[in-house]
Amino acid sequence: MDILQILYTIIPAALIAATPLIFTALGGLFSERSGVVNIGLEGLMVIGAFSGILATLWFESMGLGYASPWIALLVAMLCGALFSLFHAVASITLRADQIVSGVALNFLAVGLAVFTVREIFDRGQTDYISARIFRTNVPFLSDIPIIGPMFFSRVYATTYIAIILAVVVWYVVFKTPFGLRLRSVGEHPMAADTMGIKVNRMRYIAVMLSGAFAGVGGAVFAITTSANFAGNTIVGQGFMALAALIFGKWHPFGALGAAIFFGLAQALSLTGQQIPALSQVPQVYLLIAPYVLTILALAGFVGKAHPPNAIGKPYEKGSR
Amino acid sequence: MMKRILVGARGKSFGLIVPLIAIAFGFLAGGLIMLVSGNNPILGYAALFQGVFGDMYYFGETLRMMTPLILSGLAVAFAFRTGLLNIGVEGQLIVGWLAAVVVGIYVDGPMAFVLAIAAGAVAGGLWGFVPGFLKARYEVHEVIVTIMMNYIALHVSNHFIRNYLLASGQRTEFVNQSASISSPFLESLTDFSRLHWGFAIAIGACVVMWFILWKTNKGYELRAVGYNKNASSYAGMNVKTNIVLSMVISGGFAGVGGAMEGLGTYGYAQILSGFTNLGFDGIAVALLGASTSVGIFLAAFLFGGLKIGASNMQSAAGVAPELVEIVIALIIFFVASSYLIRWILGRLQQNKEEK
Repeated sequence: MDILQILYTIIPAALIAATPLIFTALGGLFSERSGVVNIGLEGLMVIGAFSGILATLWFESMGLGYASPWIALLVAMLCGALFSLFHAVASITLRADQIVSGVALNFLAVGLAVFTVREIFDRGQTDYISARIFRTNVPFLSDIPIIGPMFFSRVYATTYIAIILAVVVWYVVFKTPFGLRLRSVGEHPMAADTMGIKVNRMRYIAVMLSGAFAGVGGAVFAITTSANFAGNTIVGQGFMALAALIFGKWHPFGALGAAIFFGLAQALSLTGQQIPALSQVPQVYLLIAPYVLTILALAGFVGKAHPPNAIGKPYEKGSR
Repeated sequence: MMKRILVGARGKSFGLIVPLIAIAFGFLAGGLIMLVSGNNPILGYAALFQGVFGDMYYFGETLRMMTPLILSGLAVAFAFRTGLLNIGVEGQLIVGWLAAVVVGIYVDGPMAFVLAIAAGAVAGGLWGFVPGFLKARYEVHEVIVTIMMNYIALHVSNHFIRNYLLASGQRTEFVNQSASISSPFLESLTDFSRLHWGFAIAIGACVVMWFILWKTNKGYELRAVGYNKNASSYAGMNVKTNIVLSMVISGGFAGVGGAMEGLGTYGYAQILSGFTNLGFDGIAVALLGASTSVGIFLAAFLFGGLKIGASNMQSAAGVAPELVEIVIALIIFFVASSYLIRWILGRLQQNKEEK
């Protein structure tokens, strides 16, 4: 296998694996920039995957055909946002420990989703969807030599949406008044409050945005990759997205890059056997690579990452 | 924040009332979900209760289930006391399980089980050392590192079993008889459940944690660091050493929890397709048990019973066993949001006084 062929296999696979991570990490960025840790991303992805599949099946049966998964993504977005309210109410209004609340959210998501699936389908998994989002070639661009087959052939439209979204999130967070308020709430909530910014309201919006994004992330994974939902559909992607967010230093482009990198590691661990140079490397190294790298990044070996200052702290008016 | 939740802000009464109300709320919400999903909550809970106390076998299984839950609860609680949140109990438990089984397979002779359990504790302790060291040396938040360590543990232990220890299908060989802690006596006592000596070891571990924390100088230091790092440092304690030590001991408890499963319940280690969830349940156990030995024992009984009773709930009342996961998650929510419960209680008290 020559090097180009390897790249033609690996790069699209990496981009596909990265897509749900990009969505979810960008969602987590809103929440964490506003000062609310969101360990619950995993659970929010579960809810997204669950509602995305159920909605697709439902729209299919209504005869919507290939529009079904796209509308289902919107449903998953809504469900994710609504479900994230659990975390928001507990950690913002009720001042629960944000990490504990996030852990509980993960439990609750899997429990509720699998419970509902069992009640509806009488078994632990849903039916398979038939209307999937299919891979397409991008017209004209896929004809470009070398780059075309690598980046523009047999790809999911969702991948491009995710990448464009990273730019949008960057613009919103760093170039708009909303973004300024969001960041100020996460860095110094009391100062923000003094300036008339409603700290808790900002945080509610941020957590719900993270839920919406993670919901889409989970649904994209379910619709493009697994095509049904079960308790083990989402295993660790949420935590990997969180890792991407941290590895990317809470910056949209950093998160994008880290997510693609983790996607590459995933793709290599699945297809590594076909590549001569990698077939001798035990799969375990590629499997643990994202996690080890995140630890190294945090320890400062890849450049120090600074989380938002007020992260993890509930804001009580009048306290200092 | 964490300490306030765990110790109970105002006086002892709140410390006990809050978890009880959280449990009640959790069950109430579970009942509502059964009602909405077209099940009869009374039948459902009756079946659950029946599945724990109805039969010596189920009761024995409940006690068996408690064993790793107690140890993972102690692990989480021990780190809590030093102001650390150890989400990595799951991973520490997995490596402890594997290490204990490896020793159990290769070492034979009297008291081999002691060596095997020790191996589990050491492996778990090593897995706790990494986040502890990174926290102390580089100020890396332990929560993220421990989550990452969970995945590393899962993949590494699967790798070892798959490549070096595979006996049949998905598992290793059985451990030697001398390393096993399964007990024909306890089994016959409970109608041939899988109850093993680990239950006694878990109770012993509760005493050990209580003793370390409340009866030794080191325990005082660990708690002091948990209350106030700066004050402890000013008082001449080495905060960094204490952080590392706390994570190592916490990981040790978790590793022993894994050893209990490896040497007692199953007698082997297997390739895991996902997490065992025992470690994550430990967070729930520690929270509900307010990080005290007695509280953890009781909370482990509740959650162990829920998990064992769930299967009867499905067979007898047709309720999906995941309902139990929902109830557990909601209990954690309510304990974590004890602010709400305190606020309601405060209001009630105020009304009484006005009358």
